[in-house]
Amino acid sequence: MAQTLTETAGSLEAMTPAPYRVTDKRQDTYDTWTFELEPVDGAPIVPKPGQFNMLYAFGVGEVPISNAGNFQTDERLVHTIRAVGAVTKALCAAEVGSVIGVRGPFGNTWPIEQAVGQDVVFVAGGIGLPPLRPAIYHVIKNRSDYGRFVLLYGARTPSDMVFLDEVRGWQREYDVDLDLIVDVGDTDWKGKVGLVTKLIPPANFDADDAKAFVVGPEIMMRFVAQGLINRELPPEAINISLERTMRCGVGLCGHCQIGPTLVCRDGACYTWDQVADFLAVKEL
Amino acid sequence: MKTLDTVIAESPVFAGLTQEQLEFIAGCAQNVHFEAGEHIAKRGDAADAFYLIRIGEIALDVDVPNKKPVRIDTVEAGQVLGWSWLIPPYQWNYDVTATELVRAVSFDGACIRDKCASDTVLGFALLMRFSQVIVGRLQATRLRLLDIYGTDTH
Repeated sequence: MAQTLTETAGSLEAMTPAPYRVTDKRQDTYDTWTFELEPVDGAPIVPKPGQFNMLYAFGVGEVPISNAGNFQTDERLVHTIRAVGAVTKALCAAEVGSVIGVRGPFGNTWPIEQAVGQDVVFVAGGIGLPPLRPAIYHVIKNRSDYGRFVLLYGARTPSDMVFLDEVRGWQREYDVDLDLIVDVGDTDWKGKVGLVTKLIPPANFDADDAKAFVVGPEIMMRFVAQGLINRELPPEAINISLERTMRCGVGLCGHCQIGPTLVCRDGACYTWDQVADFLAVKEL
Repeated sequence: MKTLDTVIAESPVFAGLTQEQLEFIAGCAQNVHFEAGEHIAKRGDAADAFYLIRIGEIALDVDVPNKKPVRIDTVEAGQVLGWSWLIPPYQWNYDVTATELVRAVSFDGACIRDKCASDTVLGFALLMRFSQVIVGRLQATRLRLLDIYGTDTH
């Protein structure tokens, strides 16, 4: 089993960004880009589904970004980044051929192998789809090991959806029960309109024998978790990925503490029962 | 083949009504269907009906000057479309279009209102049920005001 850098907390290796070259860049939405990266020299980082890397825009700062690659085939790192702050704007401005710093992989992994034999339900909001993508590809590669394969994807508008062609390809090729929804559409939009929670009651899964994997802004995950619980999916079967301000990535600085847990070290993947009480506390 | 009162009874909206009340309501109902793209109502039209969607999907659109119409909601199988029939001035507030083949039960709004006026127990029962539909839409709208996808994620 590969050792993650979290397990070597405090080492020089864990704290030193490795130079990675941007080998491909694609604009997904008006403020979101997907990058492919490969090491300038040395062995590449080999992440697992659910893990994140710290990406460093030299001279600007570092941010944690989930791995979004298809680990079944991609040798390069894949990260989808939304330009919302100084660091992410600097990263999104990086052109093909330029170099950024990468530390990782950090954090725990999606317990996707624990869902073998069960239905799997992926719920993504906005750019919450990329962090789920490695786990989705794991299910695709091992499709016969899993039951029904449900993907519910919501976004503000159709143009805010990422990887949409790929998602529709999964539906065609891998027997995915796909349901798409946007807050606001236009008359060309062929999917549903409303909140992503609207997709949960009719979703085709057996709540007695399923696991859910949910990524999106925290407020979205809260409502989705409640919707899944209303379908009688147990809280311990609902997996989410938390986001907190991170600095070190190895559980030393404490910036990402929530209750008794450090998200960079113990997460970012949690089950709903592990964190629901803490997420209900204001300003925690 | 199911009778209309049986179909109506299977909808959560009408759950708990007595058989007599269901038959009463079914007297104001008929099966209808709409082809994909067919307009069901236009904003400002008399809201003389509401629908229990059995199959298919319906879109609610708003015209925006110099832009494409904005699709603000969709109503899917199992849900009820329309509550303007209940509240004056009994007019549709949005353009309503079938986005695919729709099979539905159509209820005559004036007929139901008359029955509710003459049978206040039924009237209260229906008002309670439609209040839930309206509150559900209101809560969904409030959640959408939160722009739940708008905050940053990974």
